[in-house]
Amino acid sequence: MVNLNSFLILGALMFAIGLFGALSKRNAVAILMSIEIMLNAVNITMVAFASAFIGKSDAVGIPVGSRLTGQIFAVFIITVAAAEAAVALAIIIGIYRRISTVDVGEINLMKW
Amino acid sequence: MPFDLASIVFYLIAFVLVGASLAVVLMRNIVHAALSLALVFGAAAGVYVLLNAEFIAIVQILIYAGAVTVLVLFSIMLTQGAATRAGSPFSGQWWLAGLICVVLCAGVIYAAASSQLALTTASGSVNLAAASAQDGGSPVKIGQLLYSPFNYSYVLPFEIASVLLLVAIVGAIVIAREE
Repeated sequence: MVNLNSFLILGALMFAIGLFGALSKRNAVAILMSIEIMLNAVNITMVAFASAFIGKSDAVGIPVGSRLTGQIFAVFIITVAAAEAAVALAIIIGIYRRISTVDVGEINLMKW
Repeated sequence: MPFDLASIVFYLIAFVLVGASLAVVLMRNIVHAALSLALVFGAAAGVYVLLNAEFIAIVQILIYAGAVTVLVLFSIMLTQGAATRAGSPFSGQWWLAGLICVVLCAGVIYAAASSQLALTTASGSVNLAAASAQDGGSPVKIGQLLYSPFNYSYVLPFEIASVLLLVAIVGAIVIAREE
């Protein structure tokens, strides 16, 4: 039986896997890929909530799902994720041109 | 009925999603990890179709499986000398990161399982079949919500998002350009 909790647990699992990659990988491109997994997990949660409340009403009787807010937020998250990927990869390529590494342990130009 | 078609498809896609996500994080070869990432994006689009969010699914395929995957593969190609260097792909404190992630995941799952909201909606379930009758994810409704200047809509955040994309494109070109 698939209910809202199934999608929430799937989102939590994917978010945790992506967070592990973002915290523990050394390659900057791999960290960016892990962040994309985290953003996808959040998107799945958003769309699952939007689908769960379509046609339902809250305590006062206002239809909570009529605005599809979760799906709208998913569109904005995808937009921001695309912008973030473009800028982050440009920064990584710029760093590689300058100091010939993408290892985040060796990129310490701004470390005090 | 515990095993209708939607459940089987959901568990299949969820298995692929979690497995491919683990492959992205754990694989040593970064090109293989990037290809697993494309599989993650495709399976996530399957989840959106299952939730009757067809517009989101198409956008996911176009932007993530199309653009972001190509972008990631290009950046791997341009930084190839560093990416294939020997040594562990993980930092020294990977066990601490793993501990944080396990605690976070357990906390979120516990909260989702015990919250009042989940209890009230669990009996009704997501209604994979009933939601389609409401015409929930249709592009017409999403378009009205994004652009409509008369009704309640998100037209101002939409315009801000377009400015954000413009700034991101210009910034990426300026940063990555050769001197």
